[in-house]
Amino acid sequence: MTTDAVEAMGLHVTLTDGQLVARCRAGDPGAWNELVERFSRYVYAIAIQAFKLGEHDAEDVFQEVFARAYEHLHKLRDDDAIRPWLAQLTRRLCIDRLRAGAHEQPDGFGEPVGADDTIATLDEALAVHEALAILSDNCQDILDRFFARDESYRTIGEALDLPSGTIASRISRCLTKLRAEMEGRNATESAS
Amino acid sequence: MTMPDEETLAELLSALPPAPEPWVRAAQELPLLRLGLDGIIDRAEADDKFRRALIADLEAALEAEGYEREPALVEALRRRFASE
Repeated sequence: MTTDAVEAMGLHVTLTDGQLVARCRAGDPGAWNELVERFSRYVYAIAIQAFKLGEHDAEDVFQEVFARAYEHLHKLRDDDAIRPWLAQLTRRLCIDRLRAGAHEQPDGFGEPVGADDTIATLDEALAVHEALAILSDNCQDILDRFFARDESYRTIGEALDLPSGTIASRISRCLTKLRAEMEGRNATESAS
Repeated sequence: MTMPDEETLAELLSALPPAPEPWVRAAQELPLLRLGLDGIIDRAEADDKFRRALIADLEAALEAEGYEREPALVEALRRRFASE
């Protein structure tokens, strides 16, 4: 059954990166929104965490990355390679930005130590984030709010209309489910 | 990738906070720039009559002025003028 047919039945489908890129190129209006949504955290984290750009520079890099991606999407040789392509593009633009700023610094340009290690960690984080998308909306919401958005039990409880005393146990259960999902993915990858 | 334990999973979830929402929205609207989104907004800011026409009946105002009525463009404009 095609993804279109599954969607027509009202079921949620997570497109692969390659399928999403193909849809963008075909002019599907929702696909570009989804692509930006899928990779926005990744691009942002590379700029802020790996290259330690300030907010203003990071915003410029962020917009430039997606502008170039939109402009050059048709040049991508392998649709499934969108993530490393975006990582490389972000990296290059961050370095350009740091180099431009270095003219004003007495000790010149220096790429932040450990940027490549940070990007490798962000690659793992993105894989976890993709696995999270398979869990129930409740689990996605509660884990994202607590870990990625750094919200308190009280804020989460109010937002989701849950007693704050139950938040910790829900987080624990959702983490267990996430780990199981990751194990399932690893087993599938090992078998293929 | 080795299988992370739950503590590592938690750290990895924390490693990807959301990008600021206006940045994401601006990036999502890139295709709309080609359809003239910025031009319409600039004109609405400068031309009160046009702005009021957009708020009263967005699609009719766009059609009357010969603008593209592509659904994503209409939706983006609707969001922009929603609070007015």
